Amino acid sequence: MTAYERLCAARAKGRPTARAYIDHVFDSFFELHGDRLFGDDLAVRGGIAELDGKSITVVSIEKGEDTKEKIARNFGSPNPEGYRKALRLMKQAEKFHRPVFCLVDTAGAYCGLGAEERGQGSAIAQNLMGMMGLKTPIVSLLIGEGGSGGALALAVADEVWMMENAVYSVISPEGAASILYKDAGQVERAAEELRITAQDLLRFQVVERVIPEGEGFEAAYAQIRALLQQTMARLCAMDDETLTRVRYERFRKIGGLME
Amino acid sequence: MLNKSMFIKPRNALEGDGQSNAQPSIPEKLCRACPACKAALFSQDLQENLMVCPQCGHYFRMDVESRLRLLADEGSFAELYADLTTQDPIAFPNYEKKLAAARKATGRPDGVVCGTARIEGQETAIFVMDPQFMMGSMGTVVGEKITKTFEMAAERGLPVLGVTVSGGARMQEGIFSLMQMAKTSGAVLRHSQAGLLYIALLTDPTTGGVTASFAMEADIVLSEPRALIGFAGPRVIEQTIRAKLPEGFQRAEFLLEKGFVDAIVPRNEQKKTIAHLIRLHERRKEI
Ligand SMILES: [Zn+2]
Repeated sequence: MTAYERLCAARAKGRPTARAYIDHVFDSFFELHGDRLFGDDLAVRGGIAELDGKSITVVSIEKGEDTKEKIARNFGSPNPEGYRKALRLMKQAEKFHRPVFCLVDTAGAYCGLGAEERGQGSAIAQNLMGMMGLKTPIVSLLIGEGGSGGALALAVADEVWMMENAVYSVISPEGAASILYKDAGQVERAAEELRITAQDLLRFQVVERVIPEGEGFEAAYAQIRALLQQTMARLCAMDDETLTRVRYERFRKIGGLME
Repeated sequence: MLNKSMFIKPRNALEGDGQSNAQPSIPEKLCRACPACKAALFSQDLQENLMVCPQCGHYFRMDVESRLRLLADEGSFAELYADLTTQDPIAFPNYEKKLAAARKATGRPDGVVCGTARIEGQETAIFVMDPQFMMGSMGTVVGEKITKTFEMAAERGLPVLGVTVSGGARMQEGIFSLMQMAKTSGAVLRHSQAGLLYIALLTDPTTGGVTASFAMEADIVLSEPRALIGFAGPRVIEQTIRAKLPEGFQRAEFLLEKGFVDAIVPRNEQKKTIAHLIRLHERRKEI
C-alpha cells in the first residue's frame, strides 16, 4: 500500500473509532467527565477500565461514529479542556498507581478562537511535561490519524504503538502540500515524502510496535489485550525513578545528534 | 554595533572570520520603511533604538546578535553546540537546498544559538532562536541544542533564559521535528525538578510546536509588546472558522488578558527585568 492509501484507510468512514477498542479490549469501562476548570470536551473520552482484574486509566480521542456524534465530538479535534481532562485523569492514575493507556485518533488539536483564547499551546505543553514526569506506566496506541502536537499530547509514553494503517505526522499532508509545494493538490506526494506510515515510523524507532490489521479488528483487539497485559506487567515492575528516566531517554535519543 | 569582544569562545558561528560576516543580518540599505507607520527610518537609528520604530513604536524583529548584545553582559557570551547540523532524517527532497540558503543568509548551521552568559553579573544558560533561519522552525538541531542547554543548566545549577521566535515545527524533518516537542519538554521538566528557574521571552511570532512545548513551560513567561503568540497561525484559524479574526487576537496583550503571559516587557527594560527576576530566585539562607 502507498502512504496515500494508508492515509485514506486511516480516515476511512466506518473505520473503528476509539470506542470500539475500549469495548473490545477491556472487561469494563466507567467514563469520567470534565477538566474541573472549564468544561467537558467530548473529543476526549476517558475513564477507568478493567483488564483481567486490574484497573487501568484509559484516555482516548473519540471522533464519533455517526454524523450527529461526530459533530458533538468536534470530529475528534480536542480543545484545551480536552487535553486538561486527559492530564487530570492521568494524574489521578498516578495517585492510585494504575497504568495509563491512550488511544489517539485526531486530525489535530482544534484551531478555533476559543481554543486559542483558552490556551491550546499551553494545554498541550502541560501534557507533554506532565506525561514526561508521570510516575505510572503509559502506553499510547495510534489507531487512525496522528495529527501533530494534538496527537503527541496523548503520546508521550513508555511505548508507542500504531495500527498497521494509522499515520502519524508533524503536519497534515494537505497542509504540507499547500505550504511546501504551493499546490494543495499534491497530497499524495506529501504523504509519501513526509514518511507518515506506521512502517516508516517503526523503521525510525519512533514507535515500538505495529499492530496488524490484516486478520481483522477482532484479532487486533485480542492482540492489543494480550500485549497490554504483558507490557503493563513489565512496566509496573519498574520503580518510578527508572520508569521516568527510561521514558525521557526514549524521546531523548530521537533525532539525537553528535557534535 | 556588534562588539566582537563579547564572544569569548573563538571559532563560533556568530563571530565569523572577518568583516563580511560580522553583521550578517543588518540590511545593506541605509533606509528602512516602518511596516506600521510607513515612516522612512535610517537603519542606524533603528539599530540604536533597539529595532523599535522611533515614530510609532513598532517592534522590528531582532537578529540573534542584537538580542544577545541587548541581554548579555558585554563579553560574557560563550556559545555552545555551535557545530551541530541536521542529518536530514527523512531525506526530504530539496531540504538540503533550503538549508544551504538559510545557512548562507544567517552564517550559522541551524536556527538557534545556545550558550552561557552573565546577565548583570549572574551566570545564566541562554538560548536565542533565529527568526531568519527558516522562520525559526524547530527541527532536530533546534530541539537537540535546546535540550542540551537545559541538561547543561541542570547539571551546573544555572537558570535558563530562552528567547523564542518560531513559525512552528520544521516540516522537512517530519516526525523527528514533532518528537523535539516531547524531548525539549522532558529536558525542561528535569531542569525544573532540580529547583531551577526558567524564564521564556516570547517574541513575534511564537507559534505552533514551540508554543505547545518549551515556550509555554517556563516558570515565568515574558513577552515583547504586540508579539503574535499562538498554537495555530491566524491564517489556519481563519480558514477553520471561515471568518476574519478580531484585531489584536493572539497578540501578547491578548494573552496577558487571558492569563497565559506573566508580563509584557519593552525592549529597553528586558535586561534589567530579567536580571531582577533571576536575583529574586537566588537561594537565600534566611526566610
Ligand atoms: Zn513606525
